[in-house]
Amino acid sequence: MWARLPVIKNKSLIIPLLLFFSLAALLWRSFSLEDPSLLPSQLLDKPFPEFNLEDLHSSSRIRNAHDLLGDVSLVNVWATWCVNCLIEHPVLTRIAQGGVTIVGLNYNDDLQKALAWLDRHGDPYSFHVRDNNGTLAIDLGVYGAPETFIIDESGIIRYRHIGVVTEEVWAEKLYPIINLLRGKSA
Amino acid sequence: MMNITYGCILLLFASACVASIDAHDFPDKQMQLRHQALIEELRCPQCLNTNLAGSDAMIARDLRREVRRLLVDGKSDNEILSFMYERYGDFVLYTPRLHMGTIFLWFGPLLFFLAAILIFLSIIKNRRKSAREEVDREELAAILRAHAKDLD
Repeated sequence: MWARLPVIKNKSLIIPLLLFFSLAALLWRSFSLEDPSLLPSQLLDKPFPEFNLEDLHSSSRIRNAHDLLGDVSLVNVWATWCVNCLIEHPVLTRIAQGGVTIVGLNYNDDLQKALAWLDRHGDPYSFHVRDNNGTLAIDLGVYGAPETFIIDESGIIRYRHIGVVTEEVWAEKLYPIINLLRGKSA
Repeated sequence: MMNITYGCILLLFASACVASIDAHDFPDKQMQLRHQALIEELRCPQCLNTNLAGSDAMIARDLRREVRRLLVDGKSDNEILSFMYERYGDFVLYTPRLHMGTIFLWFGPLLFFLAAILIFLSIIKNRRKSAREEVDREELAAILRAHAKDLD
């Protein structure tokens, strides 16, 4: 019924074949990685780094990591010089309207410009931390904007999204994770 | 004349090696040299393949300043590299650290070298074996000839 497989007499002949397949598997993997510019986060499942930074709206109010506790929340790194932040702004606004706490991390920005930006485009954030020197951003391993982190109710970083939060990103990545985390804490 | 021309060409490249210079002041010359060495060893997270020294990206500027701050705080070079590693991972170091994810990177070449030696040895062994068979055949022929004479 079956055609007989050719019998390989010299067993060592199979080695180059195996080498070929392992090399092919290696290259397949490295070429199919999503995007080499997206670095994996070192901080997943670790507590949000400690910080003491001014609130964007009132410089006398100092915010710290305790302000993130108690609820599953998004921490969104944004700036007025970041064009893509404007693109994701309507999506973030809709997410906030849906009852998700979003904390802004205003990154290396000019205070007046930042306040004007929020006046103009609306402010869906619960509050903003003003990271003028990028120190908290460095502690978070941030290297650009926008970036968005999901923090659980005990202040542990659960997810990091690099780049624009689109409707697809929200529906397929962020929302399922938030749902899962909320289910756990409930 | 040629020497001067070569010198000028070299100078062109020299400027590219220290592309960005910040106005950082250091307590001593040695710390400045360490700073320079560190920012050449650390990769700018945003720019795929430029070190901190050679990048004008905002994050590179911030990280250079952070390296300086850590140096002034009295941190060792190793502590500073670890600081960056904890935040930015393998990508930030031009010399990757040894762990499960990079073990093949470190020992892969050694593995290939050992495989090459093994293959080489087995080829030599096979050659010897076939050479011996050659001799055996000659002996066999001699015996056959001797017997052939007896039969005649």
